[in-house]
Amino acid sequence: MLTIEQAYWLIALFLAGAAWLNLRDRRWSHAAFWGVLAALIAGGKFVLTATAAHHALPAQVAGIGVIALAALSPRMMRGHILERDEAEREADALRLGHRLFGPALLIPLVTLLVALFGAYIVVDGVHLFDKTRMTLTGLALSCVVALIAALWVTRARPGAGLAEGRRLLDTLGWAALLPLTLAALGGVFAATGVGTAVADVVRMLIPVRSALACVIAFGFGMVLFTVIMGNAFAAFPVLMAGVGIPLLIHLHGANPAILGAMGMVTGYCGTLFTPMAANFNIVPVALLELPNQNDVIRAQWRTGAILLIVNLVLMYLLVFRF
Amino acid sequence: MTVLLHYLPLLGVLVVIAGFALRFNPVPVVVVAGIVSGLAAGKSIGEILALLGNSFVSERALLLFVLTLPAIGVLERAGLREHARNWIASLRSLTLPRLLIAYLGLRQVLSMLGLTSVAGQAQTVRPLLAPMAEAAAEKRGTRLKPEERNDVRAFSAATDNIGLFFGEDVFIALGAVLLIQGFYAQHGIELHPLQIALWALPTAIAAFIVHAIRTVLFARRIANVPVSSDASRGRQVPQANEPTNVLDTDKSG
Repeated sequence: MLTIEQAYWLIALFLAGAAWLNLRDRRWSHAAFWGVLAALIAGGKFVLTATAAHHALPAQVAGIGVIALAALSPRMMRGHILERDEAEREADALRLGHRLFGPALLIPLVTLLVALFGAYIVVDGVHLFDKTRMTLTGLALSCVVALIAALWVTRARPGAGLAEGRRLLDTLGWAALLPLTLAALGGVFAATGVGTAVADVVRMLIPVRSALACVIAFGFGMVLFTVIMGNAFAAFPVLMAGVGIPLLIHLHGANPAILGAMGMVTGYCGTLFTPMAANFNIVPVALLELPNQNDVIRAQWRTGAILLIVNLVLMYLLVFRF
Repeated sequence: MTVLLHYLPLLGVLVVIAGFALRFNPVPVVVVAGIVSGLAAGKSIGEILALLGNSFVSERALLLFVLTLPAIGVLERAGLREHARNWIASLRSLTLPRLLIAYLGLRQVLSMLGLTSVAGQAQTVRPLLAPMAEAAAEKRGTRLKPEERNDVRAFSAATDNIGLFFGEDVFIALGAVLLIQGFYAQHGIELHPLQIALWALPTAIAAFIVHAIRTVLFARRIANVPVSSDASRGRQVPQANEPTNVLDTDKSG
C-alpha cells in the first residue's frame, strides 16, 4: 500500500542526496543543513510514536535538530549553482518543443487521477492508496512518474534528477524550511496560551454592546492573528472562542454558518499580508529569484485589503439577517 | 501578578515582529520566538525542546513540494522555461491579463473541487506560469526591464495564492469548512458542511472580480512603456521562434 510515510522517506532520500552533493563540493553549511533536515524527516514517525508512548527523548533530540537548522540558516547563502548553458537550453527547447510540457503536466494530472480514483484501485484485495492524505500521496507519486518521464523525454542520465533537484533546492535554501518552522511555532504558541492572551486583549479593547464594533473586532482580530501565526486555521478557534461565539452569536444573535465561513475567509485576507505564511509568500520569492523578500506580498496586498473591506461589509450586512 | 503571567507568552509574538522588522533571517527568529514563549509560559528546557521537535515533525507534509524539484529541474535543463516563453510569444491573442485571469479562474475552480495540490508555486508558477507571463508581457514590443520582470513574476505568484485561497474555502470535504464545522460541533452548534461552504461563495466571486481588475490595471502599467525611456528604446522583442534570453535579466535591461 502506498502511504504518506513512503513519500516522507522519498523526501529524506532526496535531501540526503543533496547533502551528499554539497559535501562533495565542500559546501559544508549546505551539506549539514540538508543532512539534518533529512534525518528529521526520516525520523519523524519514530519521534511521534515515541511521544505517544511518553518517551520525551526522541522529540527532544528532534528539537535540538531544529535549533541546529536555525543556527545554520543564516549561513545558507544563495550561491548560484552553475546552470546549463543557455544556448544549449534554447537548442533543446526548439528540438523537443511541446514534448517538454508532457512530464510537467503529469504532476497535476497524476495527482488529479489519484485524488479522483485512488480510493477505487484495489490490488489483491488491498487498497493501493492509504485513505488518509491520499491527495498528498498522489502528489508524491506524480513527482516520481514525472521525473521518469522527464528523463525519458530529455534523454538525460538518471543522475541529472538529483543534480538538477539539488540546484533548485539550494536556490530555495532556508526558505524551504520556513513553512515547517512556522508551523512548529504555531504548535508552541498554542501550547503556551498565546492564543487566549490575544483574544483577551481584543475583548478588552472593544465596546461589546455594539454589534458593528464586535464584527470589526472579530474581522481585524482574525486578520491580526493570521498575520502573526501565518495561518487562518490557527486564528479561527482562538477568535471564535474569544469573540465569535460569546459576543456575536450569543449576545447579538449572528448566524453561525455565515460567521464561520466569512470569518475564515477574512483570515485568508490576512494570509496575503504576512511573511509568516512562508510557503505562499516567501518560498516563491526564492523560487522565482526575486530580489526582495516582500516582493510577492507587495504584489498581492492590495487585493487582500480590498477583499477585507468587502468581507467586513458583507459580514455586517448578512450575519444578523439570516 | 497572575494577570501579567497570563500575557507573558505574548513576548514570543514580539520577538517575531521585531525579528521580521529588523530583517533578521526568519528561521532563527521563529525558533527563538518559540523558545521565548515556552520560557515565558514557565516550561522547562526539556519540555520546550520536545514541543519544538514534535510540532516540527508533525508538519512534515509541508515539505512535500520539494519532491517536484528533480522533475522540474531536469525539464528546465532541457529548456522548459524557454519553450513555455517561445510558445506563449507565438500565440498572438494571448495577452498578459487573459493569461493571468484564465489561470486565476482555473486555480479557483480546481481548489473548489479540492484539487489544491494540482498547481502551486513549485509545480506550476516557476516552470510554467512565470515564464509564460513574461513572454505575454513582452508582446508590448520591447523587452522587460529587470524590475518589470520581477514585478511580472511576483504578480504571477500572487495570482496563484489568491486563486488557491479563495477557492479552497468553498470545498466541503476537507480543510477550512470541516475545521469550522468541527469547531462548532465541539461548542454544541450542529451545521451541515454545505451551509458553511455556500457562504464562502460571495467572497470567492469578489476575489475573482477584484483580482481580475487589478490584473488588467497591472498589465496596462506594464504595457505602457514610456517611449523616451532609455532603457527600453530600440529593443525589439525577437520573433517567436528566435532564441530569447530567459532568466538572464542583466542582458535585457
